[in-house]
Amino acid sequence: MRQAIEEIKFSKEELERYSRHLIIPEFNIEGQKKLKHARVLVVGTGGLGAPLLLYLTAAGVGTIGIVDFDIVDKSNLQRQVLFTTQDVGRPKVEAARERLNALNPHVHFEVFNTRLESSNALEIISQFDIVADGTDNFPTRYLVNDACVLAGKTNVFASIFRFEGQASVFNYQFPDGSRGPNYRDLFPVPPPPGLVPSCAEGGVIGVLPGILGSLQANEVIKVISGVGEPLAGRFFQFDAAEFKTRIFKISKDPDNPLTGNNPTQTELIDYEYFCGINLTHVTMETIESNGQLSVSALNDWIKSGKDFQLIDVREPYEYDIANLGGILIPKGEILKHLDEINREKDVVIHCRSGKRSQDVIDVLKQELGLKNLHNLKGGILAWADEIDTTMAKY
Amino acid sequence: MITIFIPTPLRRFAGEQAKVNVSAKNVAEAIRSLTSIHPSLIPYMYDEAELIRKHVRIYLGEDDIREKDGINTLLKEGDELSIIPAIAGGNF
Repeated sequence: MRQAIEEIKFSKEELERYSRHLIIPEFNIEGQKKLKHARVLVVGTGGLGAPLLLYLTAAGVGTIGIVDFDIVDKSNLQRQVLFTTQDVGRPKVEAARERLNALNPHVHFEVFNTRLESSNALEIISQFDIVADGTDNFPTRYLVNDACVLAGKTNVFASIFRFEGQASVFNYQFPDGSRGPNYRDLFPVPPPPGLVPSCAEGGVIGVLPGILGSLQANEVIKVISGVGEPLAGRFFQFDAAEFKTRIFKISKDPDNPLTGNNPTQTELIDYEYFCGINLTHVTMETIESNGQLSVSALNDWIKSGKDFQLIDVREPYEYDIANLGGILIPKGEILKHLDEINREKDVVIHCRSGKRSQDVIDVLKQELGLKNLHNLKGGILAWADEIDTTMAKY
Repeated sequence: MITIFIPTPLRRFAGEQAKVNVSAKNVAEAIRSLTSIHPSLIPYMYDEAELIRKHVRIYLGEDDIREKDGINTLLKEGDELSIIPAIAGGNF
């Protein structure tokens, strides 16, 4: 049973330990009680996780969850200041718990020596009030974001690369109950793999995660205590090379699959697949040079949660027989609905066999000069043959 | 003149410059001008359909151009554009 904030008491040792918080007028013992009452999950114990965990523990957050599946490696010690040389070879969560417990024995730790995945993320995240994302890869980043949105948790985010740092507070609940933007409002999709150097080539200045992780810890404490204005709906960029900081506004994306105007995603997806790990070369090559898209490629796009627009140019009575859930704009009416055709996303246009949709694409290319249009090869008939054999053919 | 701030991960494709000045009437023209000065940036800025990549956001001042007129957003003398790519650990 979780103790109510009003019932939280501090020992003499705790009062002395936290005295520098208690004498801040706007923080005081009420802020400290909120910290002790809070349950914060830190995902990843790496470069960002190290300062996050150290500062949240020192500050007196009551319960801290730690998720990581990794073992301490020598190459971690350049920035992951939670660990010592003696920890090399140990599970990170164990080494972290030992170190943090020595720092503050009043904090309760719940460790998850596992990889955060679609199968366990909601169960783990649901047990906490706030999540701090210290992950180092896109699949887990989108997983943490989506799980926080679905579970209704604030996600305190930071990310680093070489000399670049980014931070924000996603899915923050404002006093009126509304939620701030999330990671997908900023970056709907990750970069295609292979575009950029691999992790090992990338590298990072060791101090940079220390700076960004500390900013994250500060935002976590602000969100818990209600002191100050959290970095919600805003995005912080730090250029450590030039020492330039900038703050940008983040607006909500009406096409966000989780929180946009027409949400299409109500559960966690396969994030390795979404991020194109091991699969990109397949899906990339399935767009043929003449703009034709195979039904299996379309199926991959749907399964991966790819953000695209599907337009069906058949007649309403055909749509009623069988459809793929696309927006229905019959061929003859397409010129009246030009404003409904997305100019930025990939747009897949289909009909029954692929002929009418190709005609539509030819017209649109001529009228609007669009280059983001793909014809579904073989139309809904090919879909019924190859993907969904239960679908009616007509 | 329009100033385009180049984020650190993309600087090696832009002659190690932190900012590049261009003349342009709108955002699309500014980015085209940038990539013609530094063609190595092209694959990082544009996808196969020659659209700005979706993991790259462009800001005019502190506002996302999505909130304005997208790449057609008009620019005036002295405007500042920032390019913000998604980054994650060793990847960006």
